[in-house]
Amino acid sequence: MYMASSIIKLEHITHKYHHSVALSDVSLEVKQGEFWALIGPNGSGKSTLLKIILGLLKPTEGTIQLFGGPIDSFKQQQRIGYVSQKSNAFSTKFPATVLEVVKSGLTSRKGLFKRLNKEDERKAIDALHVVKMGDYQQESIGNLSGGQQQRVFIARALVGQPDLLIMDEPTVGIDRQNVESFYSMLSELNREYGIAILLVTHEIDVVTQLATHVACLNRTIHFHGAHEEYDKMTESELSGWYGHPIRRLHQKETEPIT
Amino acid sequence: MIEAIFTYEFLQNAVLSGLIIGIIAPMLGLFIVVRRMAMISDALSHVALAGIAGSLYLSQQVLFFAALNPVYLGMGAAVVGSLLIERLRRVYKSFEELAIPIILSAGIGFGAIFISLAKGFGTDLVGYLFGSVSAVSRQDLYIVIMIAIIVIAFLYFLYKELFSLAFDPEYARVSGVNEQVIQAAFMIITALVIGASMRIVGILLVSSLMTLPVAAAIQVAKSYKGALMYSIVFGEVAVIIGLISAYYLDIAPGGTIVVTSVIILLFVLFWKKIRS
Ligand SMILES: Nc1ncnc2c1ncn2[C@@H]1O[C@H](COP(=O)(O)OP(=O)(O)OP(=O)(O)O)[C@@H](O)[C@H]1O
Ligand SMILES: [Mg+2]
Repeated sequence: MYMASSIIKLEHITHKYHHSVALSDVSLEVKQGEFWALIGPNGSGKSTLLKIILGLLKPTEGTIQLFGGPIDSFKQQQRIGYVSQKSNAFSTKFPATVLEVVKSGLTSRKGLFKRLNKEDERKAIDALHVVKMGDYQQESIGNLSGGQQQRVFIARALVGQPDLLIMDEPTVGIDRQNVESFYSMLSELNREYGIAILLVTHEIDVVTQLATHVACLNRTIHFHGAHEEYDKMTESELSGWYGHPIRRLHQKETEPIT
Repeated sequence: MIEAIFTYEFLQNAVLSGLIIGIIAPMLGLFIVVRRMAMISDALSHVALAGIAGSLYLSQQVLFFAALNPVYLGMGAAVVGSLLIERLRRVYKSFEELAIPIILSAGIGFGAIFISLAKGFGTDLVGYLFGSVSAVSRQDLYIVIMIAIIVIAFLYFLYKELFSLAFDPEYARVSGVNEQVIQAAFMIITALVIGASMRIVGILLVSSLMTLPVAAAIQVAKSYKGALMYSIVFGEVAVIIGLISAYYLDIAPGGTIVVTSVIILLFVLFWKKIRS
Protein backbone atom coordinates (compact mmCIF):
# COMPACT_ATOMS: atom_id res chain seq x y z
CA MET A 1 0.00 0.00 0.00
CA TYR A 2 1.18 3.50 -0.82
CA MET A 3 2.17 5.49 2.23
CA ALA A 4 2.16 9.27 1.96
CA SER A 5 5.51 10.56 3.13
CA SER A 6 5.82 12.70 6.21
CA ILE A 7 6.34 16.41 5.57
CA ILE A 8 6.17 17.81 9.09
CA LYS A 9 6.44 15.67 12.19
CA LEU A 10 6.23 17.35 15.59
CA GLU A 11 6.72 15.32 18.73
CA HIS A 12 6.02 16.59 22.22
CA ILE A 13 6.76 20.23 21.46
CA THR A 14 6.74 22.52 24.47
CA HIS A 15 7.65 26.17 24.20
CA LYS A 16 8.11 28.72 26.92
CA TYR A 17 8.67 32.44 26.50
CA HIS A 18 10.60 33.30 29.63
CA HIS A 19 8.26 31.58 32.08
CA SER A 20 4.93 31.65 30.29
CA VAL A 21 4.06 28.45 28.49
CA ALA A 22 2.90 29.11 24.93
CA LEU A 23 2.81 25.49 23.80
CA SER A 24 2.66 22.35 25.81
CA ASP A 25 3.25 18.82 24.53
CA VAL A 26 2.12 19.39 20.94
CA SER A 27 2.43 16.48 18.55
CA LEU A 28 1.25 16.69 14.97
CA GLU A 29 2.07 15.10 11.66
CA VAL A 30 1.41 16.60 8.24
CA LYS A 31 1.79 14.23 5.32
CA GLN A 32 2.20 14.73 1.63
CA GLY A 33 -0.95 15.95 -0.07
CA GLU A 34 -2.67 17.07 3.10
CA PHE A 35 -4.25 20.48 3.65
CA TRP A 36 -4.33 21.35 7.33
CA ALA A 37 -6.28 24.18 8.88
CA LEU A 38 -4.80 25.19 12.22
CA ILE A 39 -7.39 27.04 14.25
CA GLY A 40 -7.49 28.49 17.74
CA PRO A 41 -8.26 31.72 19.59
CA ASN A 42 -5.84 34.67 19.87
CA GLY A 43 -2.78 33.88 21.90
CA SER A 44 -3.26 30.12 21.56
CA GLY A 45 0.25 29.59 20.17
CA LYS A 46 -0.49 29.20 16.46
CA SER A 47 2.17 31.60 15.24
CA THR A 48 4.61 30.21 17.78
CA LEU A 49 4.07 26.72 16.42
CA LEU A 50 4.64 27.88 12.85
CA LYS A 51 7.83 29.71 13.81
CA ILE A 52 9.11 26.53 15.43
CA ILE A 53 8.39 24.55 12.27
CA LEU A 54 10.18 27.22 10.20
CA GLY A 55 13.25 27.15 12.41
CA LEU A 56 12.76 30.76 13.56
CA LEU A 57 12.31 29.61 17.15
CA LYS A 58 13.90 26.71 18.96
CA PRO A 59 11.37 24.84 21.09
CA THR A 60 12.10 24.42 24.77
CA GLU A 61 11.42 20.72 24.39
CA GLY A 62 10.47 18.29 21.68
CA THR A 63 11.64 17.22 18.23
CA ILE A 64 10.81 18.37 14.74
CA GLN A 65 11.30 16.51 11.50
CA LEU A 66 10.92 18.15 8.10
CA PHE A 67 10.62 16.03 4.97
CA GLY A 68 11.75 13.00 6.93
CA GLY A 69 14.90 14.48 8.49
CA PRO A 70 15.69 16.35 11.69
CA ILE A 71 15.23 20.12 11.43
CA ASP A 72 18.82 20.86 12.47
CA SER A 73 20.22 19.35 9.30
CA PHE A 74 17.43 20.67 7.07
CA LYS A 75 18.92 22.52 4.10
CA GLN A 76 16.12 22.47 1.51
CA GLN A 77 14.48 25.77 2.41
CA GLN A 78 13.28 26.14 -1.18
CA ARG A 79 10.71 23.41 -0.51
CA ILE A 80 8.87 25.67 1.93
CA GLY A 81 6.81 28.71 1.01
CA TYR A 82 5.89 31.04 3.87
CA VAL A 83 3.48 33.91 4.40
CA SER A 84 3.84 35.46 7.84
CA GLN A 85 1.16 37.11 9.94
CA LYS A 86 2.84 40.50 9.71
CA SER A 87 4.27 40.50 6.21
CA ASN A 88 3.47 44.12 5.67
CA ALA A 89 5.51 45.38 8.60
CA PHE A 90 8.08 46.96 6.26
CA SER A 91 8.44 50.71 5.81
CA THR A 92 6.12 52.01 3.10
CA LYS A 93 8.99 54.14 1.82
CA PHE A 94 11.08 51.06 1.05
CA PRO A 95 12.17 51.42 -2.56
CA ALA A 96 11.20 48.11 -4.15
CA THR A 97 8.82 47.08 -6.89
CA VAL A 98 6.27 44.30 -6.59
CA LEU A 99 8.34 42.24 -9.02
CA GLU A 100 11.51 42.66 -6.96
CA VAL A 101 9.68 41.50 -3.84
CA VAL A 102 8.28 38.41 -5.54
CA LYS A 103 11.67 37.58 -7.05
CA SER A 104 13.15 37.55 -3.55
CA GLY A 105 11.04 34.42 -3.01
CA LEU A 106 13.55 32.61 -5.21
CA THR A 107 16.51 33.31 -2.91
CA SER A 108 16.78 29.79 -1.54
CA ARG A 109 15.95 28.03 -4.80
CA LYS A 110 18.81 29.84 -6.57
CA GLY A 111 21.41 29.27 -3.88
CA LEU A 112 24.24 31.39 -2.55
CA PHE A 113 26.22 33.66 -4.93
CA LYS A 114 23.88 32.97 -7.89
CA ARG A 115 22.14 35.92 -9.52
CA LEU A 116 18.51 36.01 -10.55
CA ASN A 117 18.00 36.04 -14.33
CA LYS A 118 15.27 36.60 -16.94
CA GLU A 119 13.90 33.12 -16.40
CA ASP A 120 13.43 33.89 -12.71
CA GLU A 121 11.70 37.11 -13.62
CA ARG A 122 9.28 35.16 -15.81
CA LYS A 123 8.49 32.85 -12.89
CA ALA A 124 7.82 35.85 -10.67
CA ILE A 125 5.46 37.33 -13.27
CA ASP A 126 3.61 34.01 -13.49
CA ALA A 127 3.23 33.94 -9.71
CA LEU A 128 1.84 37.47 -9.80
CA HIS A 129 -0.75 36.41 -12.35
CA VAL A 130 -1.81 33.58 -10.07
CA VAL A 131 -2.73 36.10 -7.36
CA LYS A 132 -4.19 38.50 -9.98
CA MET A 133 -1.52 41.14 -9.44
CA GLY A 134 -0.01 40.86 -12.92
CA ASP A 135 -0.76 44.49 -13.71
CA TYR A 136 1.20 45.80 -10.75
CA GLN A 137 4.67 44.39 -11.48
CA GLN A 138 6.43 47.75 -11.64
CA GLU A 139 4.41 49.38 -8.88
CA SER A 140 6.24 50.34 -5.72
CA ILE A 141 5.27 47.89 -2.97
CA GLY A 142 4.56 50.67 -0.48
CA ASN A 143 1.95 52.21 -2.77
CA LEU A 144 -0.34 49.17 -2.70
CA SER A 145 -3.27 48.61 -0.37
CA GLY A 146 -2.84 46.17 2.51
CA GLY A 147 -4.80 43.45 0.74
CA GLN A 148 -2.82 43.90 -2.46
CA GLN A 149 0.43 43.69 -0.53
CA GLN A 150 -0.75 40.49 1.08
CA ARG A 151 -1.37 39.01 -2.36
CA VAL A 152 2.14 39.96 -3.39
CA PHE A 153 3.50 38.12 -0.36
CA ILE A 154 1.45 35.08 -1.29
CA ALA A 155 3.02 35.25 -4.76
CA ARG A 156 6.45 35.43 -3.12
CA ALA A 157 5.64 32.23 -1.23
CA LEU A 158 4.42 30.47 -4.39
CA VAL A 159 7.14 31.54 -6.83
CA GLY A 160 9.66 28.91 -5.75
CA GLN A 161 7.12 26.12 -6.34
CA PRO A 162 7.32 24.79 -2.80
CA ASP A 163 6.19 21.34 -1.66
CA LEU A 164 4.87 22.80 1.56
CA LEU A 165 3.06 26.08 2.10
CA ILE A 166 2.94 27.54 5.59
CA MET A 167 0.63 30.51 5.96
CA ASP A 168 -0.22 32.53 9.03
CA GLU A 169 -3.55 34.27 8.44
CA PRO A 170 -2.67 35.09 4.84
CA THR A 171 -6.05 36.56 3.96
CA VAL A 172 -6.12 39.33 6.57
CA GLY A 173 -7.17 42.50 4.78
CA ILE A 174 -8.22 40.78 1.59
CA ASP A 175 -11.80 41.42 0.46
CA ARG A 176 -14.42 38.69 0.55
CA GLN A 177 -14.45 37.92 -3.16
CA ASN A 178 -10.70 37.61 -3.37
CA VAL A 179 -10.54 35.54 -0.20
CA GLU A 180 -12.77 32.97 -1.81
CA SER A 181 -10.76 32.84 -5.00
CA PHE A 182 -7.58 32.62 -2.94
CA TYR A 183 -8.87 29.64 -0.99
CA SER A 184 -10.05 27.87 -4.09
CA MET A 185 -6.59 28.45 -5.54
CA LEU A 186 -5.03 26.88 -2.42
CA SER A 187 -7.38 23.96 -2.71
CA GLU A 188 -6.39 23.55 -6.35
CA LEU A 189 -2.67 23.70 -5.56
CA ASN A 190 -3.28 21.06 -2.96
CA ARG A 191 -5.35 18.72 -5.10
CA GLU A 192 -3.63 19.07 -8.46
CA TYR A 193 -0.01 19.45 -7.44
CA GLY A 194 -0.13 17.61 -4.14
CA ILE A 195 1.35 20.59 -2.26
CA ALA A 196 0.97 20.16 1.48
CA ILE A 197 -0.54 23.17 3.23
CA LEU A 198 -0.56 24.28 6.82
CA LEU A 199 -2.82 27.28 7.18
CA VAL A 200 -3.58 29.33 10.27
CA THR A 201 -6.88 31.10 10.02
CA HIS A 202 -9.77 32.59 11.91
CA GLU A 203 -12.07 32.12 8.92
CA ILE A 204 -13.12 28.78 10.26
CA ASP A 205 -16.26 28.43 8.18
CA VAL A 206 -14.57 28.65 4.79
CA VAL A 207 -11.40 26.80 5.53
CA THR A 208 -12.72 23.79 7.34
CA GLN A 209 -14.75 23.08 4.23
CA LEU A 210 -11.70 23.10 2.00
CA ALA A 211 -9.07 21.60 4.26
CA THR A 212 -8.57 17.87 4.39
CA HIS A 213 -7.54 18.04 8.05
CA VAL A 214 -8.18 20.31 11.00
CA ALA A 215 -6.10 20.91 14.12
CA CYS A 216 -7.52 22.83 17.07
CA LEU A 217 -4.86 24.47 19.19
CA ASN A 218 -5.07 26.24 22.49
CA ARG A 219 -1.65 25.85 24.11
CA THR A 220 -2.05 22.18 23.41
CA ILE A 221 -3.75 20.27 20.62
CA HIS A 222 -7.42 19.72 21.53
CA PHE A 223 -8.39 18.00 18.35
CA HIS A 224 -6.63 16.90 15.24
CA GLY A 225 -7.84 14.73 12.47
CA ALA A 226 -9.65 14.52 9.18
CA HIS A 227 -12.19 17.09 8.16
CA GLU A 228 -15.05 14.58 8.50
CA GLU A 229 -14.17 13.90 12.13
CA TYR A 230 -14.05 17.61 12.83
CA ASP A 231 -17.53 18.05 11.38
CA LYS A 232 -18.88 15.51 13.85
CA MET A 233 -17.91 17.63 16.84
CA THR A 234 -20.78 19.38 18.51
CA GLU A 235 -20.93 23.09 19.13
CA SER A 236 -20.40 22.64 22.82
CA GLU A 237 -17.34 20.47 22.26
CA LEU A 238 -15.91 23.14 19.98
CA SER A 239 -16.73 25.97 22.33
CA GLY A 240 -15.28 24.05 25.25
CA TRP A 241 -11.70 24.26 24.05
CA TYR A 242 -12.03 27.49 22.11
CA GLY A 243 -12.80 29.39 25.29
CA HIS A 244 -15.92 31.11 24.03
CA PRO A 245 -19.08 30.02 22.25
CA ILE A 246 -18.97 28.92 18.64
CA ARG A 247 -22.17 28.34 16.65
CA ARG A 248 -22.50 26.26 13.56
CA LEU A 249 -24.74 27.79 10.91
CA HIS A 250 -26.02 25.65 8.07
CA GLN A 251 -23.23 23.11 8.54
CA LYS A 252 -20.75 25.96 8.69
CA GLU A 253 -19.34 27.71 11.69
CA THR A 254 -19.38 31.40 12.20
CA GLU A 255 -16.36 33.15 13.54
CA PRO A 256 -16.02 32.97 17.28
CA ILE A 257 -18.14 35.48 19.09
CA THR A 258 -15.98 37.64 21.27
CA MET B 1 41.97 71.70 -13.83
CA ILE B 2 41.99 69.22 -16.74
CA GLU B 3 45.54 70.25 -17.66
CA ALA B 4 46.60 70.05 -14.06
CA ILE B 5 45.23 66.52 -13.79
CA PHE B 6 47.54 65.40 -16.58
CA THR B 7 50.46 67.21 -14.99
CA TYR B 8 50.18 66.38 -11.30
CA GLU B 9 50.09 62.86 -9.98
CA PHE B 10 48.45 63.88 -6.69
CA LEU B 11 45.49 65.31 -8.61
CA GLN B 12 45.12 62.12 -10.60
CA ASN B 13 45.09 60.19 -7.34
CA ALA B 14 42.51 62.46 -5.80
CA VAL B 15 40.19 62.54 -8.82
CA LEU B 16 40.32 58.80 -9.46
CA SER B 17 39.81 57.92 -5.78
CA GLY B 18 36.99 60.44 -5.59
CA LEU B 19 35.21 58.99 -8.62
CA ILE B 20 35.48 55.46 -7.23
CA ILE B 21 34.30 56.47 -3.79
CA GLY B 22 31.41 58.35 -5.37
CA ILE B 23 30.23 54.96 -6.63
CA ILE B 24 30.89 52.61 -3.73
CA ALA B 25 29.97 54.79 -0.77
CA PRO B 26 26.37 55.56 -1.85
CA MET B 27 25.95 52.05 -3.26
CA LEU B 28 26.69 50.43 0.07
CA GLY B 29 24.90 53.33 1.71
CA LEU B 30 21.58 52.23 0.21
CA PHE B 31 21.82 48.85 1.95
CA ILE B 32 22.71 50.63 5.18
CA VAL B 33 19.91 53.22 5.01
CA VAL B 34 17.09 50.79 4.18
CA ARG B 35 18.10 48.68 7.16
CA ARG B 36 17.89 51.76 9.39
CA MET B 37 21.57 51.52 10.25
CA ALA B 38 22.65 54.94 8.98
CA MET B 39 24.14 55.80 12.36
CA ILE B 40 26.48 52.82 12.19
CA SER B 41 28.65 54.44 9.53
CA ASP B 42 28.92 57.45 11.82
CA ALA B 43 30.08 55.32 14.73
CA LEU B 44 32.60 53.45 12.58
CA SER B 45 34.09 56.61 11.13
CA HIS B 46 34.76 57.87 14.64
CA VAL B 47 36.47 54.60 15.48
CA ALA B 48 38.54 55.10 12.34
CA LEU B 49 39.48 58.50 13.77
CA ALA B 50 40.90 56.75 16.84
CA GLY B 51 42.93 54.49 14.56
CA ILE B 52 44.26 57.37 12.46
CA ALA B 53 45.13 59.48 15.50
CA GLY B 54 46.78 56.44 17.11
CA SER B 55 48.83 55.79 14.00
CA LEU B 56 49.89 59.44 13.71
CA TYR B 57 50.88 59.46 17.36
CA LEU B 58 52.81 56.19 17.12
CA SER B 59 54.62 57.42 14.02
CA GLN B 60 56.22 60.07 16.24
CA GLN B 61 57.24 57.44 18.76
CA VAL B 62 58.07 54.25 16.87
CA LEU B 63 60.02 54.16 13.62
CA PHE B 64 57.92 51.34 12.14
CA PHE B 65 54.76 53.44 12.27
CA ALA B 66 56.44 56.38 10.58
CA ALA B 67 56.59 54.30 7.41
CA LEU B 68 53.09 52.90 7.77
CA ASN B 69 50.15 54.52 5.97
CA PRO B 70 47.78 55.68 8.76
CA VAL B 71 44.86 54.54 6.61
CA TYR B 72 45.68 50.95 7.55
CA LEU B 73 45.34 51.50 11.27
CA GLY B 74 42.24 53.63 10.72
CA MET B 75 40.65 50.91 8.65
CA GLY B 76 41.73 48.22 11.09
CA ALA B 77 40.16 50.13 13.97
CA ALA B 78 36.92 50.50 11.99
CA VAL B 79 36.84 46.76 11.28
CA VAL B 80 37.33 45.96 14.97
CA GLY B 81 34.67 48.55 15.82
CA SER B 82 32.24 46.95 13.35
CA LEU B 83 32.66 43.54 14.97
CA LEU B 84 32.21 45.06 18.43
CA ILE B 85 28.97 46.72 17.34
CA GLU B 86 27.67 43.36 16.16
CA ARG B 87 28.56 41.81 19.52
CA LEU B 88 26.97 44.64 21.49
CA ARG B 89 23.84 44.51 19.40
CA ARG B 90 23.38 40.97 20.58
CA VAL B 91 24.10 41.82 24.21
CA TYR B 92 21.50 44.61 24.15
CA LYS B 93 18.98 42.65 22.09
CA SER B 94 16.04 44.91 22.78
CA PHE B 95 18.07 48.12 22.66
CA GLU B 96 20.15 47.38 19.57
CA GLU B 97 20.75 51.02 18.76
CA LEU B 98 22.56 51.48 22.07
CA ALA B 99 25.59 49.75 20.51
CA ILE B 100 26.10 52.76 18.27
CA PRO B 101 26.59 55.57 20.85
CA ILE B 102 28.77 53.24 22.92
CA ILE B 103 31.17 52.58 20.06
CA LEU B 104 30.97 56.15 18.78
CA SER B 105 31.96 57.62 22.15
CA ALA B 106 34.73 55.07 22.59
CA GLY B 107 36.08 56.10 19.18
CA ILE B 108 36.05 59.81 19.98
CA GLY B 109 37.50 59.12 23.44
CA PHE B 110 40.52 57.24 22.13
CA GLY B 111 40.87 59.74 19.30
CA ALA B 112 40.97 62.64 21.77
CA ILE B 113 43.60 60.90 23.89
CA PHE B 114 45.94 60.25 20.98
CA ILE B 115 45.44 63.75 19.60
CA SER B 116 46.39 65.36 22.91
CA LEU B 117 49.31 62.99 23.51
CA ALA B 118 50.86 63.88 20.19
CA LYS B 119 51.78 67.48 19.67
CA GLY B 120 51.91 68.99 16.26
CA PHE B 121 50.27 66.93 13.57
CA GLY B 122 47.73 69.67 13.02
CA THR B 123 47.66 69.85 9.24
CA ASP B 124 47.83 66.07 8.75
CA LEU B 125 44.95 65.59 11.09
CA VAL B 126 42.81 68.25 9.46
CA GLY B 127 43.34 66.44 6.16
CA TYR B 128 41.99 63.23 7.69
CA LEU B 129 39.09 64.97 9.36
CA PHE B 130 37.79 66.90 6.35
CA GLY B 131 39.51 65.30 3.39
CA SER B 132 42.24 66.62 1.17
CA VAL B 133 42.92 67.00 -2.54
CA SER B 134 46.67 67.08 -2.21
CA ALA B 135 47.34 64.36 0.34
CA VAL B 136 46.11 61.34 -1.66
CA SER B 137 49.07 59.13 -2.53
CA ARG B 138 49.35 56.47 -5.22
CA GLN B 139 49.25 53.92 -2.43
CA ASP B 140 45.99 55.42 -1.15
CA LEU B 141 44.56 55.12 -4.66
CA TYR B 142 45.55 51.44 -4.87
CA ILE B 143 43.86 50.80 -1.52
CA VAL B 144 40.70 52.46 -2.83
CA ILE B 145 40.75 50.34 -5.99
CA MET B 146 41.23 47.12 -4.02
CA ILE B 147 38.37 47.96 -1.69
CA ALA B 148 36.11 48.94 -4.58
CA ILE B 149 36.66 45.52 -6.16
CA ILE B 150 35.80 43.78 -2.88
CA VAL B 151 32.69 45.89 -2.30
CA ILE B 152 31.33 45.53 -5.81
CA ALA B 153 31.92 41.76 -5.80
CA PHE B 154 30.21 41.48 -2.41
CA LEU B 155 27.15 43.43 -3.53
CA TYR B 156 27.02 41.68 -6.89
CA PHE B 157 27.17 38.10 -5.67
CA LEU B 158 25.08 38.55 -2.54
CA TYR B 159 22.56 40.97 -4.03
CA LYS B 160 19.48 38.80 -3.52
CA GLU B 161 20.45 37.83 0.03
CA LEU B 162 21.13 41.45 0.97
CA PHE B 163 17.90 42.63 -0.61
CA SER B 164 15.96 39.94 1.21
CA LEU B 165 17.58 40.76 4.56
CA ALA B 166 16.87 44.45 4.08
CA PHE B 167 13.26 44.04 3.03
CA ASP B 168 12.13 41.25 5.32
CA PRO B 169 14.72 39.73 7.69
CA GLU B 170 12.39 37.02 9.00
CA TYR B 171 11.59 35.86 5.49
CA ALA B 172 15.29 35.89 4.62
CA ARG B 173 15.99 33.59 7.56
CA VAL B 174 13.23 31.24 6.47
CA SER B 175 14.85 31.22 3.01
CA GLY B 176 18.01 29.89 4.59
CA VAL B 177 20.00 33.14 4.41
CA ASN B 178 22.72 32.99 7.04
CA GLU B 179 21.99 36.34 8.63
CA GLN B 180 24.84 36.33 11.13
CA VAL B 181 27.58 35.60 8.63
CA ILE B 182 26.27 38.04 6.01
CA GLN B 183 25.74 40.72 8.63
CA ALA B 184 29.30 40.35 9.94
CA ALA B 185 30.69 40.50 6.40
CA PHE B 186 28.51 43.52 5.71
CA MET B 187 29.88 45.36 8.74
CA ILE B 188 33.47 44.64 7.72
CA ILE B 189 32.74 45.88 4.19
CA THR B 190 31.25 49.06 5.66
CA ALA B 191 34.40 49.59 7.71
CA LEU B 192 36.52 49.13 4.59
CA VAL B 193 34.49 51.68 2.60
CA ILE B 194 34.88 54.17 5.42
CA GLY B 195 38.60 53.52 5.37
CA ALA B 196 38.70 54.03 1.61
CA SER B 197 36.66 57.22 1.66
CA MET B 198 38.28 59.09 4.53
CA ARG B 199 41.25 60.41 2.52
CA ILE B 200 38.95 62.31 0.17
CA VAL B 201 35.85 63.23 2.19
CA GLY B 202 37.39 62.98 5.64
CA ILE B 203 36.44 60.96 8.67
CA LEU B 204 33.80 63.37 9.89
CA LEU B 205 31.99 63.47 6.57
CA VAL B 206 32.30 59.89 5.30
CA SER B 207 28.90 58.86 6.56
CA SER B 208 27.25 61.78 4.78
CA LEU B 209 28.44 60.47 1.44
CA MET B 210 26.90 57.12 2.36
CA THR B 211 23.53 58.55 3.37
CA LEU B 212 22.77 61.87 1.65
CA PRO B 213 22.75 60.60 -1.96
CA VAL B 214 20.63 57.66 -0.77
CA ALA B 215 18.21 59.96 1.02
CA ALA B 216 17.69 61.80 -2.28
CA ALA B 217 17.52 58.57 -4.30
CA ILE B 218 14.74 56.93 -2.29
CA GLN B 219 12.64 60.04 -2.86
CA VAL B 220 12.60 59.47 -6.58
CA ALA B 221 13.17 55.74 -7.11
CA LYS B 222 10.35 53.22 -7.39
CA SER B 223 12.51 50.12 -7.48
CA TYR B 224 15.52 48.95 -5.52
CA LYS B 225 17.65 48.82 -8.67
CA GLY B 226 16.50 52.36 -9.45
CA ALA B 227 17.41 53.54 -5.97
CA LEU B 228 20.85 52.03 -6.46
CA MET B 229 21.32 53.85 -9.77
CA TYR B 230 20.12 57.20 -8.44
CA SER B 231 22.32 56.88 -5.35
CA ILE B 232 25.39 56.37 -7.53
CA VAL B 233 24.46 59.23 -9.88
CA PHE B 234 23.86 61.67 -7.02
CA GLY B 235 27.05 60.51 -5.30
CA GLU B 236 29.14 60.99 -8.45
CA VAL B 237 27.68 64.42 -9.16
CA ALA B 238 28.47 65.50 -5.60
CA VAL B 239 32.04 64.20 -5.81
CA ILE B 240 32.73 65.83 -9.19
CA ILE B 241 31.29 69.23 -8.31
CA GLY B 242 32.82 69.00 -4.84
CA LEU B 243 36.33 68.18 -6.06
CA ILE B 244 36.33 70.88 -8.73
CA SER B 245 35.19 73.57 -6.33
CA ALA B 246 37.60 72.39 -3.63
CA TYR B 247 40.46 72.62 -6.12
CA TYR B 248 39.64 76.12 -7.30
CA LEU B 249 38.63 77.52 -3.94
CA ASP B 250 41.47 75.71 -2.17
CA ILE B 251 39.28 74.28 0.58
CA ALA B 252 38.75 70.81 2.02
CA PRO B 253 36.90 68.56 -0.48
CA GLY B 254 34.91 66.86 2.30
CA GLY B 255 33.06 70.10 2.90
CA THR B 256 32.31 70.87 -0.73
CA ILE B 257 31.25 67.28 -1.54
CA VAL B 258 28.89 67.06 1.40
CA VAL B 259 27.43 70.52 0.85
CA THR B 260 26.81 69.59 -2.79
CA SER B 261 25.02 66.42 -1.58
CA VAL B 262 22.84 68.51 0.67
CA ILE B 263 21.98 70.83 -2.21
CA ILE B 264 21.10 67.83 -4.41
CA LEU B 265 18.85 66.48 -1.65
CA LEU B 266 17.09 69.83 -1.22
CA PHE B 267 16.70 70.11 -4.96
CA VAL B 268 15.12 66.65 -5.16
CA LEU B 269 12.76 67.39 -2.28
CA PHE B 270 11.76 70.69 -3.89
CA TRP B 271 11.26 69.02 -7.26
CA LYS B 272 9.03 66.37 -5.68
CA LYS B 273 7.01 69.06 -3.94
CA ILE B 274 6.25 71.06 -7.07
CA ARG B 275 5.41 67.91 -9.01
CA SER B 276 2.76 66.74 -6.59
N1 LIG C 1 8.16 37.13 21.54
C1 LIG C 1 7.35 36.78 22.56
N2 LIG C 1 7.75 36.97 23.85
C2 LIG C 1 6.97 36.61 24.88
N3 LIG C 1 5.75 36.06 24.74
C3 LIG C 1 5.29 35.85 23.49
C4 LIG C 1 6.06 36.20 22.35
N4 LIG C 1 5.36 35.87 21.24
C5 LIG C 1 4.20 35.35 21.68
N5 LIG C 1 4.15 35.33 23.03
C6 LIG C 1 3.05 34.79 23.85
O1 LIG C 1 2.81 33.45 23.48
C7 LIG C 1 1.43 33.19 23.35
C8 LIG C 1 1.10 32.67 21.99
O2 LIG C 1 1.33 33.67 21.01
P1 LIG C 1 1.11 33.41 19.45
O3 LIG C 1 1.54 34.64 18.74
O4 LIG C 1 1.76 32.15 19.06
O5 LIG C 1 -0.47 33.27 19.37
P2 LIG C 1 -1.42 33.13 18.10
O6 LIG C 1 -2.21 31.89 18.29
O7 LIG C 1 -0.65 33.22 16.85
O8 LIG C 1 -2.39 34.37 18.27
P3 LIG C 1 -3.11 35.30 17.15
O9 LIG C 1 -4.36 34.61 16.75
O10 LIG C 1 -3.42 36.55 17.91
O11 LIG C 1 -2.16 35.52 16.05
C9 LIG C 1 0.71 34.50 23.71
O12 LIG C 1 0.26 34.39 25.03
C10 LIG C 1 1.76 35.55 23.60
O13 LIG C 1 1.57 36.54 24.56
MG1 LIG D 1 -0.59 34.53 15.28
